[in-house]
Amino acid sequence: MALDPKAEAALALHRFGLGPRAGSIAAIASDPRGALIAELDRAGAGRIGTADLLTSGVAARAAFAYQQAQRAARQAERAAQQTNAAGSGAPEMQVQSGPLSPAPRPAAGPGLPQQIYLAEAKARIDAALAADIGFVERLVWFWSNHFCVSADKGNVRQICGAYEREVIRANVLGRFGDLLLAVESHPAMLIYLDNARSIGPASIAGLRQRRGLNENLAREILELHTLGVRTVYTQDDVTRFANVITGWTVVPFRQDPVRGGEFEFNPRMHEPGAQTVIGKSYPDAGLEQGRAVLAALARHPATARHVASKLARHFVADEPPPALVERLAKRFLATQGDLKDVAKALVSAPEAWEAPRAKLKRPGEWVVGALRAVAAAPADIGPVMQAHNLLGEPLWRPAAPKGFADESAPWLDGLAQRLDIANQFARRFGAQADPREAFEEALAPIASDETRQTITRAESRPQALALLFMAPEFQRR
Amino acid sequence: MLTNPHAATRRELLIASGTLFAWAYLPKLACAEGRDPRLLVIVLRGALDGLAAVVPVGDPDWVALRGDHALMLGGKPAALPLDSFFALNPAMPNLHRLYKSGAATIVHAAATPYRERSHFDGQDVLESGLAKPGTADSGWLNRALASLQPADRAGGSRDAFAIGPIAPLVVRGPAPVLSWTPRRLPPASDDTVMRLIELYRHTDPILARALEERMGLASMARAGGMDGEQPRPVGAGQVRAYFAESAGTAAKFLARADGPRIGALAFDGWDTHAAEGATNGRLATLLGALDGAIAAIEAEMKDAWPETVVAIVTEFGRTARINGTDGTDHGTATVVLLAGGALKGGRVIADWPGLKPSKLHEGRDLKPTTDVRAVLKGLLKDHLRVDASVLASKVFPDSAAIKPMSGLLQQA
Repeated sequence: MALDPKAEAALALHRFGLGPRAGSIAAIASDPRGALIAELDRAGAGRIGTADLLTSGVAARAAFAYQQAQRAARQAERAAQQTNAAGSGAPEMQVQSGPLSPAPRPAAGPGLPQQIYLAEAKARIDAALAADIGFVERLVWFWSNHFCVSADKGNVRQICGAYEREVIRANVLGRFGDLLLAVESHPAMLIYLDNARSIGPASIAGLRQRRGLNENLAREILELHTLGVRTVYTQDDVTRFANVITGWTVVPFRQDPVRGGEFEFNPRMHEPGAQTVIGKSYPDAGLEQGRAVLAALARHPATARHVASKLARHFVADEPPPALVERLAKRFLATQGDLKDVAKALVSAPEAWEAPRAKLKRPGEWVVGALRAVAAAPADIGPVMQAHNLLGEPLWRPAAPKGFADESAPWLDGLAQRLDIANQFARRFGAQADPREAFEEALAPIASDETRQTITRAESRPQALALLFMAPEFQRR
Repeated sequence: MLTNPHAATRRELLIASGTLFAWAYLPKLACAEGRDPRLLVIVLRGALDGLAAVVPVGDPDWVALRGDHALMLGGKPAALPLDSFFALNPAMPNLHRLYKSGAATIVHAAATPYRERSHFDGQDVLESGLAKPGTADSGWLNRALASLQPADRAGGSRDAFAIGPIAPLVVRGPAPVLSWTPRRLPPASDDTVMRLIELYRHTDPILARALEERMGLASMARAGGMDGEQPRPVGAGQVRAYFAESAGTAAKFLARADGPRIGALAFDGWDTHAAEGATNGRLATLLGALDGAIAAIEAEMKDAWPETVVAIVTEFGRTARINGTDGTDHGTATVVLLAGGALKGGRVIADWPGLKPSKLHEGRDLKPTTDVRAVLKGLLKDHLRVDASVLASKVFPDSAAIKPMSGLLQQA
């Protein structure tokens, strides 16, 4: 059944975008699909202003210098305490006077890595709030989760935001093969999945040291990033591929203060010799060997199916229509992984619009959608970050390399927490919003009469806004 | 105000963020009299059932009207006697004590000029001070402040202030507003939960089940520790704590020698359509929390209490009769509760309209006989010395016919 234009526009904004802002539905009602495609075609789509953000190399070196200074300060403090203790000859007095010791304390507030992380988070949230529809941002979020890293892994915190900008945003509408190569050669990924320290057993470094191969990244590339689990690869393929990408590492800070923290191919760590991965032999050409395997993986039909079904599951349904998956996989193969073309195929497919609005929005989408509905642009993102944490989707901090779940079921448990967040947001960010207007602008074309009545009969404006945020039509897409 | 010796206070207000609005105006004329008056306005959003808060136990039609739900002097729990006609809801022992000591006044059968029954519009009329709902961008309290002389004494300003995460409309306007938000906002109220579950039940059974399960677990966890006690409504403790913290914080700032003098905050949750619970349910919980807030204000005001007035207002009242779901629907007249050491209290002020069916407004609501604006104008005039003509034109536009109620304060 064809939707009326406003309902289709609202569906476009909720399902493919980040939710309506005032005027959004009216602005795209004449051609919702065209508006989605136009956002893809916009010059510089996906990029965000980076004037006050650091590249991953600069951020990594700044954090390293910061950590060195912290360490030195702690050592100095310890040394001073030991001197005092040795000189006083009264250790029990020392214990008592401890709390009053005038030794310099580490500076209060978040350390430099956390400051960088928060600045990147702010830029990401601002971009989501400023987007007209948010389809490209949603694609950025999708690919960032597909190729996730975690700020909780040592030394990733200061570069995970830069990773998203330098790798995901730069390639989100480019070719999958380019995106894949950029991801797997970025320090954030190499550190997160341990490849930075993986050493070929027969390499120069491997023969000298007792350390050796780490298969983590190779396995996740095959299982999560490209082919998909239980497809065409074996354990031997994992091991041989791990050999291929030995030497893909990060410049040590002490060795090179200028390039420390950046990607390098280190031939001394690289396993020599040809390797056979999924039935094809790759001669040892150093860095090129890994590039060739990644290029082959990017072209593989299993990768096309994996990516197609993940996209369809993310945007359309937990059990995506097979016809849609087939359509997207074909498009992916026919265009050599042109992600803009695939995204266009997604929003041009009738199945993508016909599926019932059954998927629960992920916490991040929902939080940003609520802010957009009341035209809030918080200067302090603290409450927004806390909401992400409370709802189980802490930004750039997935529990495992698989990323945050795309199905609805895992998020249903957090519904009561969503209510508390809705209640808080209505009060913190909804001061200037009229809930009846917000309802008309964000939800009316797809809302039930019951939802309309519940909102208009609320006892106060904050309660009405909280109920708007919690309405089934605002939770699902 | 970088040169202000009290700059730290100002910054504290900004950072601490709950219910503070501050601006550099003060009741100059009152100061000239040697007084230093404080005014705190509390808006109860959702429409307080005035008949369940201040009960007309002496009205012969009262029990017939409310039946089993009628609070009575001999009831269980027993209503607290105020005078020969009215009694107070037993959830409010502090207000009762203040009343008995002359530091609380109740105005009954009061209403704003609004006669429809929409919460949003009713709140706009109450807080804007305008006679009709419409696009209001400022509140009567702010305009009253703006009309006072700016503070110009040496030693800095005396700011007025209010507490709450959203500055209520009543304090928004031309006079600068600072707002302070408590670090911990209260969880969604039971009422919000019930409305949402009701919506989900009709439209989305999966969400309904998920929320019911989660809220069920939550309420068990909260009730779990109370051995043998009647489990209290979900969140009652948080409601009490939030009311007391917000009001107490407001009072703390108002009490300071260099603090603000005027403030406002809002408490939600009074829209008791179903299972009102005036004696031991939801409304009793809310009134108890409000009573705790009043006690917190008295305690934190300390020496400033004798110069304090707390005015508690709501957008309209509720139906005189109980509805089919043991609650009350949107009505008209209700109560204004006043507390504070500056009051000439111990009185219920009411031109009682009666509760016979023929006396009810539109056959269903307590009939309004006092305009809430008369009470507020009386406070602003005698407590803060806002000029009467300003009150009639700017603060409450087109209200010249509504005379300020006199005699509310100890000083004339």
